[in-house]
Amino acid sequence: MTEALAHPTTHDEEWRYADGEWLAKADPVELAHWHDHAIPAGEIERGFAVIEPGEGSKVDRLRVHVGKGARYEHFVINAGGPYARCELDVTLEEGAHFELGGVTLGGGDARAEIVTRVVHAPRATSSQVVRSVQWGRSVGNFLGRIEIPRDSQQVDAAQNFKAILLEAGASANAKPELEIYADDVKAAHGAAVGALDANAAFYMASRGIAPEAARKLLVRAFIADAFAAVAHEEVRDDLLEQALHYLEDASL
Amino acid sequence: MLKIDNLHATVAGKEILKGLSLTVNAGEVHAIMGPNGAGKSTLSYVLGGRPGYEVTQGTTRLDGQDLLALEPHERAAAGLFLGFQYPVEIPGVSFVQFLREAANSQRKQRGEEPLSGGEFLKLAKEKAGLLRLDMDMLKRPVNVGFSGGEKKRAEMVQMGILDPKFAVLDETDSGLDIDALRVVGEGINTIMRAPDKAVLLITHYQRLLDYVKPDVVHVLAGGRIVRTGGPELALELESQGYEAVA
Repeated sequence: MTEALAHPTTHDEEWRYADGEWLAKADPVELAHWHDHAIPAGEIERGFAVIEPGEGSKVDRLRVHVGKGARYEHFVINAGGPYARCELDVTLEEGAHFELGGVTLGGGDARAEIVTRVVHAPRATSSQVVRSVQWGRSVGNFLGRIEIPRDSQQVDAAQNFKAILLEAGASANAKPELEIYADDVKAAHGAAVGALDANAAFYMASRGIAPEAARKLLVRAFIADAFAAVAHEEVRDDLLEQALHYLEDASL
Repeated sequence: MLKIDNLHATVAGKEILKGLSLTVNAGEVHAIMGPNGAGKSTLSYVLGGRPGYEVTQGTTRLDGQDLLALEPHERAAAGLFLGFQYPVEIPGVSFVQFLREAANSQRKQRGEEPLSGGEFLKLAKEKAGLLRLDMDMLKRPVNVGFSGGEKKRAEMVQMGILDPKFAVLDETDSGLDIDALRVVGEGINTIMRAPDKAVLLITHYQRLLDYVKPDVVHVLAGGRIVRTGGPELALELESQGYEAVA
């Protein structure tokens, strides 16, 4: 599999929404590079990642091994581009848990994606919440693959993706992929793409809230889902403010 | 205070208001009654500036200011409050957050200092108490999971906090039981019965008018005011129906 990914093209399923032109020119060694991380059995760890606008096209790949009964939480804001890919390959040992909260946001021609593959051992659980906020002609993607092998009973895996397109011309893609061979499991996924609620916007305006402030409140509420699992309120607020900060730079 | 002159408005290309004229003076409460489809809700949305409601002719002035030239949020800052027939649910945004943003956004537009968190909470507590709405309700997301009556009480709490000079209340009585109706009626009186304020009550039924006594009653039919009278007109409508009276 690593060989196939060594120089991917948009013909590969996992790269179908990528920037093909950039991929063709990209350094295959860098593309194939994974950061590796292991969580010892019973431990809890958290990772935070932010790809800022203007960092240039890049691919960040993280491979995490979560030991027996351990827990790994990963929170990511992907506001990068022109092409920014944040990829996680997670292997869960028995009873381990993986929590993902991801946000993509961007404008112009940016193409930001979050890609996951989660392999579950028996009684492993995972919960992934991704929110995309796009304007201009930008694209937000979530490709999530859930794997539950035959012996992995009593797995509970959930994925939820929602996108808000602030301008006509922006788009979002969801590609859930469930590969389930065990029979006693729960696996749920949902995806929805829409515009900001016009009724809510007018209601806010009728109370005196200017359109930019209303949009900020609504977008804040929307992306807050992705960070709801962040235990510390301050950290949660920081993440939200950071994400909203990129929205403020947009001229809508 | 509010002067509407020959107002024409269309929704989706269809003319709904067809030359509506109306003057409400400071200190007065006017009621607009009328059958379904007469244009009552359209009038409230046109005054509030809802997108999709297009004014094709006529003028509307609030204290001499051209209301129709203002954006919806600017109308609110100019002193207009719109009570919704169906208050909107906003998941993820608490009432406290929403109303503090609204109050301070209005103050900023008027060049006033913002309220501090403490000042705002004190004000919110006072107005919630007046409408007998549990303060804990205001910590919940805007209107989410509220009953019909709670939503309308919350509308009145909002009105109390935002302290408008002119309120347009669209079917505020719908969805209310008798107790809630009395509380809301008393709320309107306490908040808006003042020499420098005025109210336009849009309603189907007489019953809210038992609690909020109107000075003037208008009948709206076919997109214009077809009759104007005193409080007795509402009683006449109630007993004889719109067709007989208008």
